Amino acid sequence: MLDRFNNDTIAAICTGLTGSGINIIRISGEKAFEVADSIFVGKSGKKIAEMRNFSVNYGYIVDKSYNVDNVDNLSEETVDEVLLMKMQAPHSYTKEDVIEIDCHGGIIVTKKILGLILKNGARLAEPGEFTKRAFLNGRIDLSQAEAVIDIINAKSNLALKNSVQQLKGSVKKKIVEIREKLISKTAYIEAALDDPEHISLEGFTEENKNEFEEIAKDLKKLVDTFDEGRLLNEGINTCILGLPNAGKSSLLNALLNEERAIVTDIAGTTRDILRETVVFGDVVLNIIDTAGIRDTGDIIEKIGVDRAKKEAENADLILYVIDLNEGINNKDLEILEEIKDKKTIVVYNKSDLLPENGSVSLNAENAGNGSTGKTAITLSSKTGEGIEELKTMIKTLFYSGSINNSEDVLITNERHRELLSSALRSINNVINAVQDNVSEDFLTIDLMDAYETLGKIIGESVEDDLADRIFKDFCMGK
Amino acid sequence: MIYEDYDVAVIGAGHAGCEAALACARLGLKTIVFTVSVDSIAMMPCNPNIGGTSKGHLVREVDALGGEMGKNIDRTFIQSKMLNTSKGPAVHSLRAQADKKEYSASMRKILENTDNLTVRQDEVAEILVEECQGSCNGTELKTQNTENENNTDKSVIKKVNGVKTTSGNTYPCKAAIICTGVYLKARCIYGDVSHYTGPNGLPAANSLTASLIALGIDVRRFKTGTPARIDKRSIDFSKMEEQFGDEKIVPFSFENTSEDLERDQVSCWLTYTNEETHKIIRENIDRSPLFSGAIEGVGPRYCPSIEDKVMRFADKDRHQVFIEPEGNYTNEMYISGMSSSLPEDVQYQMYRSVPGLENAKIVRNAYAIEYDCINATELYPTLEFKNISGLFSAGQSNGSSGYEEAAAQGIIAGINAAMKLKGEDPLVLDRSDGYIGVLIDDLVTKETSEPYRMMTSRAEYRLLLRQDNADLRLSKYGYRVGLLSKERYEKTVEKQRIIDAEIERLKNTSVGTSENVLELLKSLGSTELTSGITLAELIRRPELSYFSIAPIDKKRPEIDETTAEQINIELKYEGYISRQIKQVEQYKKLEKKKIPADFDYDKVPSLRIEARQKLKKIKPVSIGQASRISGVSPADINVLVVFMKM
Repeated sequence: MLDRFNNDTIAAICTGLTGSGINIIRISGEKAFEVADSIFVGKSGKKIAEMRNFSVNYGYIVDKSYNVDNVDNLSEETVDEVLLMKMQAPHSYTKEDVIEIDCHGGIIVTKKILGLILKNGARLAEPGEFTKRAFLNGRIDLSQAEAVIDIINAKSNLALKNSVQQLKGSVKKKIVEIREKLISKTAYIEAALDDPEHISLEGFTEENKNEFEEIAKDLKKLVDTFDEGRLLNEGINTCILGLPNAGKSSLLNALLNEERAIVTDIAGTTRDILRETVVFGDVVLNIIDTAGIRDTGDIIEKIGVDRAKKEAENADLILYVIDLNEGINNKDLEILEEIKDKKTIVVYNKSDLLPENGSVSLNAENAGNGSTGKTAITLSSKTGEGIEELKTMIKTLFYSGSINNSEDVLITNERHRELLSSALRSINNVINAVQDNVSEDFLTIDLMDAYETLGKIIGESVEDDLADRIFKDFCMGK
Repeated sequence: MIYEDYDVAVIGAGHAGCEAALACARLGLKTIVFTVSVDSIAMMPCNPNIGGTSKGHLVREVDALGGEMGKNIDRTFIQSKMLNTSKGPAVHSLRAQADKKEYSASMRKILENTDNLTVRQDEVAEILVEECQGSCNGTELKTQNTENENNTDKSVIKKVNGVKTTSGNTYPCKAAIICTGVYLKARCIYGDVSHYTGPNGLPAANSLTASLIALGIDVRRFKTGTPARIDKRSIDFSKMEEQFGDEKIVPFSFENTSEDLERDQVSCWLTYTNEETHKIIRENIDRSPLFSGAIEGVGPRYCPSIEDKVMRFADKDRHQVFIEPEGNYTNEMYISGMSSSLPEDVQYQMYRSVPGLENAKIVRNAYAIEYDCINATELYPTLEFKNISGLFSAGQSNGSSGYEEAAAQGIIAGINAAMKLKGEDPLVLDRSDGYIGVLIDDLVTKETSEPYRMMTSRAEYRLLLRQDNADLRLSKYGYRVGLLSKERYEKTVEKQRIIDAEIERLKNTSVGTSENVLELLKSLGSTELTSGITLAELIRRPELSYFSIAPIDKKRPEIDETTAEQINIELKYEGYISRQIKQVEQYKKLEKKKIPADFDYDKVPSLRIEARQKLKKIKPVSIGQASRISGVSPADINVLVVFMKM
């Protein structure tokens, strides 16, 4: 709660995200310029500090942290072409340094830009917070106080209600479970610290090391759960893999309905990686078409292959393409084995080329259930036959229920993910401390941090939980 | 009759009263301290020790402010032990067994020989106040009329102008400090026996409660208890484990050194309850006044009676029992862990079921004690009543428990009564200043429903609030108010300077991969160096310390051990410490947002009803304090901040 009173830097999408052509994102606070500098590349090459006050500046939003594992191979990713407006304190709505970014990428890109801003040091604004700051900094007068308070009240209650509602039953249950573990470990340690002659900590860390690791794993899983929300908002990173000339680029084109990739029948045409976004219904696919994977002596192509493997590692979904007429071979099986932990759909392409009475060495059904253990589909990129079925299959694979892509989902997800990641960091601190043989009284600092952070997700505060818990569970004192 | 005028009247000469009275008198105020028995000054009616986890911190803080408790236990301890030494420095806690009689006598001697201080054996029955419109200049004594009390008129300010004893005599004074401990309408109970007395059969104070209620003070009833005392000669110590004191004594007072305090120490003894003990208790539980409802007071959860432990923790097949000497003057032994209010015959069987106590002869029975105390949320953090100018309250009468908690409040109440009369700024320690700050903030902010005991887990910044650095944290306050000598203060300033300079030097001194360095690291089981490294970085390694790397630190200046310890801790735990310092900065921001005493919460729109009621009742002094009131949500705080335009 304390951070609500900081003069930290806040950001939010100011337009309604109703699908209008242009959206405005506002950043306000001490670090507004710094944050903007880390994501904006002006056409003029000027830093924010060098821009004139109230100037409108043309440039690009870039994701400089894109694929940090592979910085040598990939340049920073340009997210959108934008106009940026600089308003220096006190000449702004909040009387703080303010940056406003007009972007025109629609919902997905706008959210992506916001995500970048949050990653670079701003925090998501509370409902009504810009107005609150405007008031606190004397921008609007006292008579407006009541209105502001109403906004805070209405929205924070709503936000809390929403956030609690939006937590799926199972997620909430899991958080409650983890918190229970955290407080019971903490209470044990604290009870022992307060009453060392009655309660011993001997062997405590050895006994609980695994449990801390379990908690970290659970938290990691939860963070991943919220990545489903990310997939919803930012798209499913999809990688098309397969042996050369299996029909990967033609599948991409079929999904895109346009001739984007160079499709030839010479194996190894696609040397670079193509990125495209496909939207069908509520599902967004960020598709990466890779060079065909094969052992190759060609150096340029070799780079492409390495990169394909890298992309595959980072993908949420792999569409593994096999030429139905060639059938599945050992190389395919080898690659499929390598990516066995990934969500994969095996696509048997070129069904149009299949002879009438076609007997194929291995049919799709067999390959799917027997040899590879993956979901499989037979289709033709050329005729479009089976493409709709593929889309339905992807949808089912990622979203079992209905999709509710509203603004509130983003807000709570972003916040929840921040909190979950922070709790995970705390637990990792605990694990490290245990490894370093740090004494138990230090562990509770991070355990309680995690407990408190998780409490914010389910709307529970700490208050006197710990003391109550110690008294309840432990027989203390004289 | 009406006695001569005093500046301050302290009601009670227990651990809170002694510190309060000494603080006032030492700060130059004409002070009188009342006690129901001069022979019971600074009496220890329960456990025969001072300190312990988190309580030890309080004692050292009291000492750093210029209080007496630390020096007094240093004079009179018969065993000393640092607890939790296998844990981090923040939870190291000092505890000393006291010779109870010596402790009491030594404190009495201090009181009796302090200038400006009068000790008077009498029971205060009434707090006298004058009511004035706006300002309080009148000097006429006015007895409180209990029937026509009008507390609702806001323009009327009550101000203390004297106290009246049961004998009907009046002592005019400008401020009074309630330090009545467990004596208000005290009742001691075991089985169906109940005595209307204070501890050890001392007279209870039966009149003052009515006066407090008449003043509009919310009075509550709490309960605590004490175990039996057993004749040493009837105990078979061969069936128990001996518990020794530490060889090297760490003094409570920063004025003393280990060498000053060397002396022969006595042992304590450890034994356990067993199934037989528990069976006796279970079979007779219906005869316990706690379970039958004969005791109405609320008891502390952390200090449960043995019957409470057995019933609530049924799965435990044994409980520890420590046998502690009450002093060198007596054969009485304190049976720690077995407080009880069961009938005498059950107590007898129960104690005798414990190994080593088979032939135990009880000298004094265990008993529970019920008493009246106030609701401390009616106090400012200065420990002055919000509604009665000049009236302060400290110690167990505020709903706390423990000698140390009492002393800590006593010194703060004493200092603030003095600051008020002298027209100087009050002393309010906050949660980042010390355990005293945590203790008082909790008492005046959270409505505790049981006697409050200090615990290290209550101190959120405990890494900074160590018992070893209380002097560095608090000497400046003790010196500012005038309780701590200039000499002692300057010593602390110099200590801090040495620490800072040495840390700076260690951060800027590197060692290379020379032979002697590698050899030392190897012998200490530390990873080899491949390039140069600063001494500070070496000290941070878990297996090394400031002390162990001394052989390779050629230019180390001569630094005494306690100062060196600070350097070691500051460097070793720098990561955690700097995290807490950041948290403290956040915390301070909210503490600095002050709320005026006359702030009208009814004017704030949109506060939830529960929050509004709580805020009106507790009248927090800052947004920070407001945020810690249970029932006040972050949204309410936002509303407040916005309304007050902070």
